[in-house]
Amino acid sequence: MDIPLKTVRQLYRTMVVIRAFEEKVQDLYARGHIPGLAHLYIGEEAIAAGVCANLGDKDYITSTHRGHGHVIAKGALLKPMMAELYGKETGYCKGKGGSMHIADVDLGILGANGIAGGGLPIAVGAGLSCKMKHPGHVAVCFFGDASSNNGTFHESLNFAAVHKLPVVFVCENNGFGISVSQAQHQAITDIAIRAAGYGMPGQTVDGNDVLSVYLAAGEAIERARQGQGPTLLECKTYRWRGHHEGDPNQGGRYRSKEDIQAWVEKCPIKRFEQYLSKNKVMTKKQMQAVWDEVELEITGSIEFAEQSPFPPLSEMYQDVLA
Amino acid sequence: MSRVITYAQALNEALAHCMDQDDSVFIMGEDVGRYGGIFQVTAGLQERFGVDRVMDTPISEAAFVGGAVGAAMTGMRPVVEIMFIDFITVAMDMVINQMAKMHFMFGGRAKVPMVIRVNIGAGRGTAAQHSQSFHAIFQHIPGIKIAMPSTPHDAKGMLIEAIQDDNPVLFVEHKKMYIDKGEVPEEAYTVPIGKAKVVRPGKDITVVATLNMVAKALAVAEEMAGQGVDMEVIDLRALCPLDREAVLASVRKTGTLITADEGCHTGNMGAELAAMVAEHALDSLQAPIIRVAGPDTPVAFSPPLEQAFIPSEQDLKDAVSRVLEYL
Repeated sequence: MDIPLKTVRQLYRTMVVIRAFEEKVQDLYARGHIPGLAHLYIGEEAIAAGVCANLGDKDYITSTHRGHGHVIAKGALLKPMMAELYGKETGYCKGKGGSMHIADVDLGILGANGIAGGGLPIAVGAGLSCKMKHPGHVAVCFFGDASSNNGTFHESLNFAAVHKLPVVFVCENNGFGISVSQAQHQAITDIAIRAAGYGMPGQTVDGNDVLSVYLAAGEAIERARQGQGPTLLECKTYRWRGHHEGDPNQGGRYRSKEDIQAWVEKCPIKRFEQYLSKNKVMTKKQMQAVWDEVELEITGSIEFAEQSPFPPLSEMYQDVLA
Repeated sequence: MSRVITYAQALNEALAHCMDQDDSVFIMGEDVGRYGGIFQVTAGLQERFGVDRVMDTPISEAAFVGGAVGAAMTGMRPVVEIMFIDFITVAMDMVINQMAKMHFMFGGRAKVPMVIRVNIGAGRGTAAQHSQSFHAIFQHIPGIKIAMPSTPHDAKGMLIEAIQDDNPVLFVEHKKMYIDKGEVPEEAYTVPIGKAKVVRPGKDITVVATLNMVAKALAVAEEMAGQGVDMEVIDLRALCPLDREAVLASVRKTGTLITADEGCHTGNMGAELAAMVAEHALDSLQAPIIRVAGPDTPVAFSPPLEQAFIPSEQDLKDAVSRVLEYL
């Protein structure tokens, strides 16, 4: 496997940032510092990190309600992100979007999206833009297993395939749509087989193996860049936390502690740390240094968010129309 | 006298002009390409601009309306055609939760310069799922401009304006008006979205109308003039931005308001105008506000029932008679 060491280290760092950010949000939410809803990405970090490592600023992503990981991996800055979670004026959306709507069009982040399946057609549109005006660039659409049952999944994959758009559909199959398990919501186990129905390639990978995700996404993205059309890439993973912070006992109403524990043991970061050690890419000390550095950065983002003002009430009437 | 063309041709000219001027402008919709659109509004455009810029889409309203949102956010100016307004319902998430929200929800970081063309109206025997006039629903959603041109002249100018606007615009046409003819300049021009037009000044009774109801109001006004009643007819031309001042100024002058719009009575455009007048010009009113509107029923297929659905000149005259009782 021929991945530059710099990229390997970057994959690790991205996963650590996402994990540390989410753990901090978990704590801040529990202590009542962050209002609203928080849907954490803990356990799924390898997917955002592995996919987005193949993208540049001129490539686009659409994200989901569980979007912190995607936007971090796509290059979003932690300070305006954290400020947005706090609803502060210095946030990415001036505090008007919150956790579910972080966007930075300049970085190609077309927004996290509060509607399950809502991002799929938007990614198709970004793919249209790329095809018409920016050949060689791509749009990546993140969505969940449950969204693959939404009409927008069918419409978007069909549309992208028939027009050979440079879109990569990344299905994060974490086994649940809120409380409903995959076995309850669809009669298949590998969502990637649906690709055949649209005449596009489909592939299922271990979503907790960052290198597998990176390589599979890289191939799909390269095909899209070359004008060879869309791909459906399914990454199997698991969400450790409940659907949202506040979901009792991390989803104890619909899954067992043992199930959760089994997946915690498949932690994508621990796994990658073992790989990095074994292959002498990074020492334990170097890895710890990453965690320490990230911790500092996140602490800085919290200070920034807490010290920032709320938007003035007049802000409510801004940006309704352009 | 300048050139006379149809409403559909005027729209076609606007599209061709904008596509010629700006390669970000493209068209998507069902049968808009070789077929030229179900009402021939896009006729000839695919031959002229190619299949990539005049795209026949699958029957997938969510995909192409949402696709337009994504394309608009990334630098394009898409114009999508929804064959009948009735079909927009299958793309409502894209319209309400995505298109209308992006600019605000992202704190002004994203713009969504796109146009959705729809047509409303009964009268073509298309029954309950192809004849509705529920455009007022969208007036309730902040973040969408709503244009309603009632003449070929305004159709061309307002569509050019809509395509150049940085906001999402719902462009509401009336399917019975595509063959209406009127004077339309050959050159390009714009007509603002959000400015009502006093199409007939008068001092006794205010009628605020949209689309096909404007011509009916003018006909009634001419007839009533013979009876010594001087009606003022305002073509509202847009539901958002709503030209409140134009309506209030007229109501303050005449002390009356009749609204005329084909949408069902309950919650139609007239309801908002009536509430606004009650809030801001109650002291001026000398008579009840009357809404001339479709009945609160689906549109029936059977021709006499369908005709009875459509607000008529007689309905307007009845409204005028009622108002006159108070003057």
